Amino acid sequence: MDFIRNFPMFSVVLSLFSGVLCTMLSGKKARIYTIIYECILLVMVAAVLRYTVVTGEAFTYVLGEFPAPWGNELRAGTLEASIAVLFIAVMLCAVLAGQHYVRKDIDESKVNIYYAILNLMTAALMAMTWTNDIFSGYVFLEILTLTSCGVLIVREIGRTTLAAVRYMILNLVGSGLFLLGVVLLYDITGNLLMVPMQREIAMLYQDPGARVVLIMATGILTIGLSIKSGLFPFHYWMPDTYGWATPTSGAVLSSLVSKCYIFLLIKIYWRVIGIDIFTDMPIRNVLFVLGLCGMVFGSLSAIRAENINRMVAFSSAAQIGYIYMGIGLGGTAGFTAAVFHIMAHAVTKSQLFLTTPRLAAVSGNSLRFKNLQGCALRDPNAGLFFLLPSLSMIGIPIFAGFSSKLFFAMAAADRGGIKLILVMLVLAASSLLNALYFMRTLIRIYTPSDPSNERVRHHLDYNIPMTALTLANLAMGLFSGVFAALIGQGFSMFN
Amino acid sequence: MKIFDLNFDVEEEPIPDGEDHDLLENIMDGEEVHDSPREKVKTEKEYYRNYVRSTQWVQKLILTENRGFNVFYFSVAVVSCVLLIGMLLFTISYLPRYGVENPESILVVKRYVENGLQETGAVNIISGIILDYRAFDTLGESHVLFTALMCVTVLLRRDSKNMRTQYEDFYTIRDEKYHELYRESIMKFVAAVLLPCLLLYGAYVLLNGQISPGGGFSGGAVLGSGLIICAAAFGFRSTDRVITRKTANLIAFFSLGFYSFAKGYVFFTGANGLENHIPKGTPGAILSGGLILPLDIAVGLVVATTMFGFYSLFRRGSIGGNK
Repeated sequence: MDFIRNFPMFSVVLSLFSGVLCTMLSGKKARIYTIIYECILLVMVAAVLRYTVVTGEAFTYVLGEFPAPWGNELRAGTLEASIAVLFIAVMLCAVLAGQHYVRKDIDESKVNIYYAILNLMTAALMAMTWTNDIFSGYVFLEILTLTSCGVLIVREIGRTTLAAVRYMILNLVGSGLFLLGVVLLYDITGNLLMVPMQREIAMLYQDPGARVVLIMATGILTIGLSIKSGLFPFHYWMPDTYGWATPTSGAVLSSLVSKCYIFLLIKIYWRVIGIDIFTDMPIRNVLFVLGLCGMVFGSLSAIRAENINRMVAFSSAAQIGYIYMGIGLGGTAGFTAAVFHIMAHAVTKSQLFLTTPRLAAVSGNSLRFKNLQGCALRDPNAGLFFLLPSLSMIGIPIFAGFSSKLFFAMAAADRGGIKLILVMLVLAASSLLNALYFMRTLIRIYTPSDPSNERVRHHLDYNIPMTALTLANLAMGLFSGVFAALIGQGFSMFN
Repeated sequence: MKIFDLNFDVEEEPIPDGEDHDLLENIMDGEEVHDSPREKVKTEKEYYRNYVRSTQWVQKLILTENRGFNVFYFSVAVVSCVLLIGMLLFTISYLPRYGVENPESILVVKRYVENGLQETGAVNIISGIILDYRAFDTLGESHVLFTALMCVTVLLRRDSKNMRTQYEDFYTIRDEKYHELYRESIMKFVAAVLLPCLLLYGAYVLLNGQISPGGGFSGGAVLGSGLIICAAAFGFRSTDRVITRKTANLIAFFSLGFYSFAKGYVFFTGANGLENHIPKGTPGAILSGGLILPLDIAVGLVVATTMFGFYSLFRRGSIGGNK
């Protein structure tokens, strides 16, 4: 067996150990350690990605000496590996670019605990990406729930405490529903590993009694994970959660944590329920409609927001709607578009959340639009890194946002019928609304207010990760075919 | 009455002008507050005056809100709960009956029951399953506890932003004094009798996880409750001699670090088809079950520390002595 096949297991166990280790270090050492270890992790997952692309097939990794239906398993295919690379890369950029604000927002005695919680979160992200066992998915989903409240609450102001309480209650409801779904599936199949579970489900679906349980279990799993990721009627926790957290946490929560839940859901649809059975279920159409509603209502809320962070957070709700619309369209094309949008949005939104506090810093520490006038001129660097992802969010060609919208439209065209018309109409409306609020913001921050202010210069710790994220964004826009082929290869390995 | 505030845009409501609300606004917005919000308050009296006024303002805000929405919200909540319960009951009627299993779905359980003893070396099959067959899940589960402890620490441990009032300090100090003065209370007598039994029983449950029902999680919980009773009866001064902030950190670090490395080693050797050189021991003896005993001890220590940590953080805002 090739040594590279051990890397998924290493990435989880090493992250767990790093989380524990960071509590023993001082704040500064914990930061340096976290950065170094995440670089190592990035190299490892990139090696796994290259390995799966070169060999052209997925591999499973038995944890311990007991094989498939008895022990736990990890699985690495192209799709898992590319999602893992994305997660680690964005996490590294967020840690690098937000370290200034970590020093500022968090009490000195708790900085090491902050990095410990971030590392445990990395472990949970990795485990949920690689897992081939639905109950391991639940265990690490618990860690992700707790850590996401931890990184929020660490700022210790009234708003984050309030937001964390709301976020935790909704998250726990989601976890409970997810567990209920897993229990129902376990009860009828007698398995927890994905492959034997899917085999049982394919047989049970013929039986009308078991079909009721299956549809109910899938529905409960879907509701649980969509509450956690913030689909339309459940998106009201987003603005407070993302808007008031320290920038690193905001970026990580919006671009990684909610995406990880969606990725787990996609994995369950393909590898537990089976994509043919899922296509047959009515849940798909519900997701489609809720996704469309989210696209419109998220954007409408974003237009009404008075505060730049709330606007960006509500725009996240709209983007989650895009992803669920792709899942609702179904077929490989729809899912490919959804996963491409997960990647595009993760790269873009983290950049926006890491930049807004810099704009606020030159506007009297206020995030309100009325105080932000001309801030991009006072801080041209941050202005540029707000401009580029904004253009991507609107969907200007050569950026990733344009490609993902194109993929959604193409997937809808494959499907045809009433869904095509709905997708086209709502996509146009949503893009228009996106353009409305981002253009308004851009005009506001580039309108000169008073010329006397001196300009702010940034250090490399901000510029390097931002440049990397921008380059990734451009690459995904310009070479979108390569990424789509990668994702398509990953989905073909899923069966 | 309003249970859940769906309208999260409170900050966009017109906030009445006046100096009284500056403090609340600043604390809530976090725009100005980079240092301690406490430093802006001159006296305790002023702080409580501000607090009372701000709650009055919030109450007024709630009362003036739309009543129709609240009625709508209540009815939707009730209807959706009833719907969910009904659908779940409907689903349960289709689940397989107890005792009637299809032969393929009990394939997994069958091997656990039949071969569990010789494959894991543990008489207690539950321990064998959670610490050997499905060790990866338990590896995550023990870190869930640690994560929870870290989150509570972030929330409750005192620092420059999270300070206590003089009143709270007064009560903590008064409690400690009380424990010093009244040595002969009923609580102390009962605790003195109970504590040795509790610790002994905790250690027994912890060490016999591979032989009899019990193991790391339950044994650790008993040990942790022993520590909590000790702290409640004899004051934190007694537990501070054993568990300080540093020892709590060290216990968590060494237990979980050992856990990660031991299991990482087993995963590595198992997946690569190597010999792992861990003796299984004679089933039924105390030294049996391969790694199950040391892992149980590690988990038990983490659980005990976590439980005591929660209690200590909630009561006085730190694990180990006040700085």
